[in-house]
Amino acid sequence: MITDALLLSAILFVIGTFGVLVRRNAIIIFLAIELQLNAVNVAFVAFSNLYGIDGQVFVFFVMTVAAAEAAVGLAIIISIFRHYETVDVNNFNFLKW
Amino acid sequence: MLISALIQGGGHHLGAGEYVPLVPGLILLLPLLGFLANGILALLHGRASANAVREGGELDLGDRAGRPSTHTWPSWIGPGVMAGAFLLTLVNFIRMFGVELHDPVIMSYWTWMATGTFAVEAAIQLDQLSMIMMMIVTGVGFLIHVFSVGYMRDDPGYPRYFAYLNLFVFFMLVLVMGASYPLMFVGWEGVGLCSYLLIGFWFGDREKSDAGKKAFIVNRIGDVGFLVAMFLLFAEFGTLDFVPIFGEAETLAYGGGLITAITLFFFLGAAGKSAQMPLYVWLPDAMAGPTPVSALIHAATMVTAGVYLVARSSVLFALSPVGSATVATVGAITALFAATIALKQNDIKKVLAYSTVSQLGYMFVGVGVGAYAAGIFHLMTHAFFKALLFLGSGAVIHAMHEAYHQTHRHADPQDMRNMGGLKAQMPITWVTMWIATLAIAGIWPFAGFFSKDEIIWQVAAFGGAEAAPFPLLYTIVWIIALAAAVLTAFYMTRLMLMTFHGISRTGERESEHLHEAPTVMWAPLAILAALSLFGGWVNVPEALQTSWAGLGGALPTTEWLHHWLEPITEQAHHIQEATLGELGHTAPFGGGEVLWAFISTAAALLVVLVAIRIVGSKEIRDAAEDKTQLSGFGKLLLNKYYVDEMYDRYIVNTVRRKAEFFWKVVDVGIIDRFLNALGWVTKGVGWGVSMFQTGAVNTYAFVLTVGALIVLGVSVLI
Repeated sequence: MITDALLLSAILFVIGTFGVLVRRNAIIIFLAIELQLNAVNVAFVAFSNLYGIDGQVFVFFVMTVAAAEAAVGLAIIISIFRHYETVDVNNFNFLKW
Repeated sequence: MLISALIQGGGHHLGAGEYVPLVPGLILLLPLLGFLANGILALLHGRASANAVREGGELDLGDRAGRPSTHTWPSWIGPGVMAGAFLLTLVNFIRMFGVELHDPVIMSYWTWMATGTFAVEAAIQLDQLSMIMMMIVTGVGFLIHVFSVGYMRDDPGYPRYFAYLNLFVFFMLVLVMGASYPLMFVGWEGVGLCSYLLIGFWFGDREKSDAGKKAFIVNRIGDVGFLVAMFLLFAEFGTLDFVPIFGEAETLAYGGGLITAITLFFFLGAAGKSAQMPLYVWLPDAMAGPTPVSALIHAATMVTAGVYLVARSSVLFALSPVGSATVATVGAITALFAATIALKQNDIKKVLAYSTVSQLGYMFVGVGVGAYAAGIFHLMTHAFFKALLFLGSGAVIHAMHEAYHQTHRHADPQDMRNMGGLKAQMPITWVTMWIATLAIAGIWPFAGFFSKDEIIWQVAAFGGAEAAPFPLLYTIVWIIALAAAVLTAFYMTRLMLMTFHGISRTGERESEHLHEAPTVMWAPLAILAALSLFGGWVNVPEALQTSWAGLGGALPTTEWLHHWLEPITEQAHHIQEATLGELGHTAPFGGGEVLWAFISTAAALLVVLVAIRIVGSKEIRDAAEDKTQLSGFGKLLLNKYYVDEMYDRYIVNTVRRKAEFFWKVVDVGIIDRFLNALGWVTKGVGWGVSMFQTGAVNTYAFVLTVGALIVLGVSVLI
């Protein structure tokens, strides 16, 4: 039972990671990050079945932080889009030496 | 009423034989306050004054009404605080006068520093020796401050001058009043600092600021000796206060290595400060400062600090025959050496400078043969007549400078070859300087006769003691002292003749502008002249008092100073008596004190007359036309034995070459290069590593993932 849940979690996390690495669109990268977070949430819930309620409490924290992060991240992406009319991250490499 | 209250000690009556000091701290505080007040005024006027000095010109302040307030106040503050300090000293002196004070009065104000077993109190010591020194410092100092009001009148740095002068007096008083060696050292260094500041007072002139540096650096060499001596004392006694050290000093072995080392190191310090061989070279150059400064610092007070040090440490020196012999020998050699140089100098202040070096040599001869009171006596009379000579020369230079200034002529106002015949224009200066000349030449009944004669006699007596160490040496010292006395008479007469007598070489147009010094300048001259005339009578030797020299007992005192200083010197004299036996009663070639006093004064008088004949008959040309080529010994003397050149060649240049090696090769070549290389490497590595920062989000995400996988992999595998 736990193995299945953890397997699901691992698959979701790998998909998320893969998405972050290969996609260029900032919104898709964002979605992929959400997927990673939720993969972790699945693992938390699965473990809470074995070790007590702490895991589920933590999931709420993760969801809250994810919501806040989504709000800020989307605001930045919108702002970037207004300036450059694109959200392709390959165009943005100004922050270097 | 007020005065008697002050003397009586603020209302309550004193029991006989008790000395209650009257606010001695205020004596120190007054000059310090003067320094602060004048210093603030100097800062207010600082920029304008500095610019004027840098341009080498004078600030044209016009008439008195047009002078800025920063230039009128110092005229009152500077001499004013000195008058206060002198009166307070005088009150304390009178209070001490009538009582039997055997142990010094020590007043401690606070603990200056305390570390482990070492503690120094900020304490002053009031005893007969410090009182005499305080009287000289504040008294002569006051007169010189007054003189300065006239002399420095048109100088742009007027408030700054008085600030430095007040500060000097403060440090000099710390030097003589301090109750321990460290406190004395504070004064010692402080007067050195003020000396440096005042020699380089006209810092716009390269030569003058260099002279200041030279004085400061040469003094540092001596100060090393002072410090080492202090370390040795502390290592032995665990304290540096005068009273406990002198109390326990006799536990040291007589003539042992330690006491000899201590005294020799102290003498190194004294030789630096008091311009003795081989560290005398700074004093003639110190004449670059204003003339009243030469009078106060480089003649009357600061340079005598070394003599004071030896007299203060009389117990230590009495325990070390080698140390004392060194003091006497170096003093004698310096006295003769400097006197010969003075014979051929043309700069009026240079003659006086070498004369000072020579007279300081006398004082060291005195304290070197255990005649501490005689050394201090000569210190006192010398302060009177040498201050007078310097101030007189200042009045002359002032007049010459004024004459050249009015006629816009550029000639050296200090060169005696440009003077001559000045007695017509400056009668008061002429008379007072003759008094000082006769005093320094040692002619009866002027002050110098008694003090110099006592020193010469004490050398003879010491050399003739039953168990005198190195008797032959003392005979030689005695002969040298006599010879130097004769030379003194000669060069001083030459100075007077070249300056005041004969035909005027100043130039006709210029002569019209020559004038006698104003009252504020000649009044101090007159007072010092009186002191030069009568000052020696406080210490008429017993043997002389009843003879012709004491007018058959008519002179007022018998060895007053000697008795006065007895509480200070008696311990040293006991040691001397115990180790050397009774002092001799005849000079090396027979004859007693009275006979030799007569011989020396007669010889001095004869030399004065001979000098008048020789110098008076010689035609002197003014400096610009003087093409006299001296040869042989005369040339050697004119060039001061080439000592400065020798020092430059063997010491200054060696040090400079080494410094240049360390600068150009070691510092620039090795250290700087190494550090620069280190910088370049860091910069290069940083540049290379910064390439990893691409700014692309994917790169970061990829590196982050790979990194996480590696960490994970490693933790799983291990």
